[in-house]
Amino acid sequence: MKPAPFTYHDPTSAAEAVALLGAHEDAKLLAGGQSLMPMLNMRFVVADHVIDLNGVEGLAGINNTGDALEIGAMTRQRDLMRDPAVAAKAPIMPEALEWVGHFQTRNRGTIGGSLCHLDPAAELPCLMAAYDAVLTVEGPDGAREVPFTEWPLAYMIPNLGPDELLTKVTVPTWAGGHGYGFSEFARRHGDFAIVAVAALLEIDGGNISRAAISVGGADVKPIRLEEAESALAGQAAGPDAFKAAGEVARQIDAMSDTYVTSAYRQRLAATLVERALDKAAQRAGGSA
Amino acid sequence: MADTRDIELTVNGESRSATVETRTSLGDFLRQALGLTGTHLGCEHGVCGACTVLVDGEAVRSCLMLAVQAKGREVTTVEGLSNPDGTLHPLQDAFWRNHGLQCGFCTPGMLTSLAAFLEENPDPSEREVREAISGNICRCTGYQGIVDAALDAAKTMREG
Repeated sequence: MKPAPFTYHDPTSAAEAVALLGAHEDAKLLAGGQSLMPMLNMRFVVADHVIDLNGVEGLAGINNTGDALEIGAMTRQRDLMRDPAVAAKAPIMPEALEWVGHFQTRNRGTIGGSLCHLDPAAELPCLMAAYDAVLTVEGPDGAREVPFTEWPLAYMIPNLGPDELLTKVTVPTWAGGHGYGFSEFARRHGDFAIVAVAALLEIDGGNISRAAISVGGADVKPIRLEEAESALAGQAAGPDAFKAAGEVARQIDAMSDTYVTSAYRQRLAATLVERALDKAAQRAGGSA
Repeated sequence: MADTRDIELTVNGESRSATVETRTSLGDFLRQALGLTGTHLGCEHGVCGACTVLVDGEAVRSCLMLAVQAKGREVTTVEGLSNPDGTLHPLQDAFWRNHGLQCGFCTPGMLTSLAAFLEENPDPSEREVREAISGNICRCTGYQGIVDAALDAAKTMREG
């Protein structure tokens, strides 16, 4: 239960980290370590080189541009929960982060680490899907931007080359007074979600003008309920509309595993979508 | 040949320096190099919470942090919670009075986690205490004594 021997590198710039990735085969990037360290300890991962990003300048921090939050990949989950700009512009984020592990792991865990580890049941990828976040990746040929829809390539595999580094996550924010709701079911608080739902709503005069619904934990990557989102637009915010959205969620492709069947995940998705939308409508600043 | 680094850090207020193998966890370093065996390593993959220590005042899993990453930091272990004269931290005293431990394996992680938690949330509800220790596994007590102790300590600390 100890990591196999590796060579440790502690670069101080993103360019240096990228150069190290290029120079060494079989290197792993170490962010907050809340997923990689367990895998190293259990030797699920054996790496010849570990490149620690904790000393890299400029990778952590939150910048509010007015219409987006630019979040450095090494920003700790705990710092996101405490940040006043995040609380004001994207209040669903602190609500969802309460479900990410425990406060001790959130003190180390980072947004970028979670998005690169890309556990299907993790809350942050589910949120980033709801927001259509854009990820900035740096490699030997410079930076490129990846919309979240193109980020997950397969089960736990992000759209990230072997010599690339995620540096920034841009989260386009919604209008002031938008509604938000995060609902999750897990076996114990802090466990990975069996199903989690993020819902965002803009309500104008009692009618829904904009909706985003993302379901995490059900499939290998978060599912956006686009059909339900367009059906909600223009409708009165209320139980009938939310129940219909839940029925769309019941049709999703969902995984089965040792504990939970696909049908159970579909039922949960239907219920949690309704609950998340209801919560979002109650919080919307309009006349809902 | 083992990959090593020289590190300097502060542990329980004392300045320490050592040469560490880079793959050594902070938890193993505290126990094996510094002899601070109050920190217990249980699962070694971040689930049980027994190894929790404070790094710059924040509770972290010492099994999920490398010793080399603690370079220049201030680490507090369970040994550092009591006063220099040996009198107990209010949490330790409350655990004793409320039967907050049986075998004691989870206790150092419970104490360090709750010390950080109460620092930020001095007047928690029972539910908040239960959530705060949801990442600390106890297989003896059923948690009731631990929750009682945390609420009792919070009261003592508020009343100063």
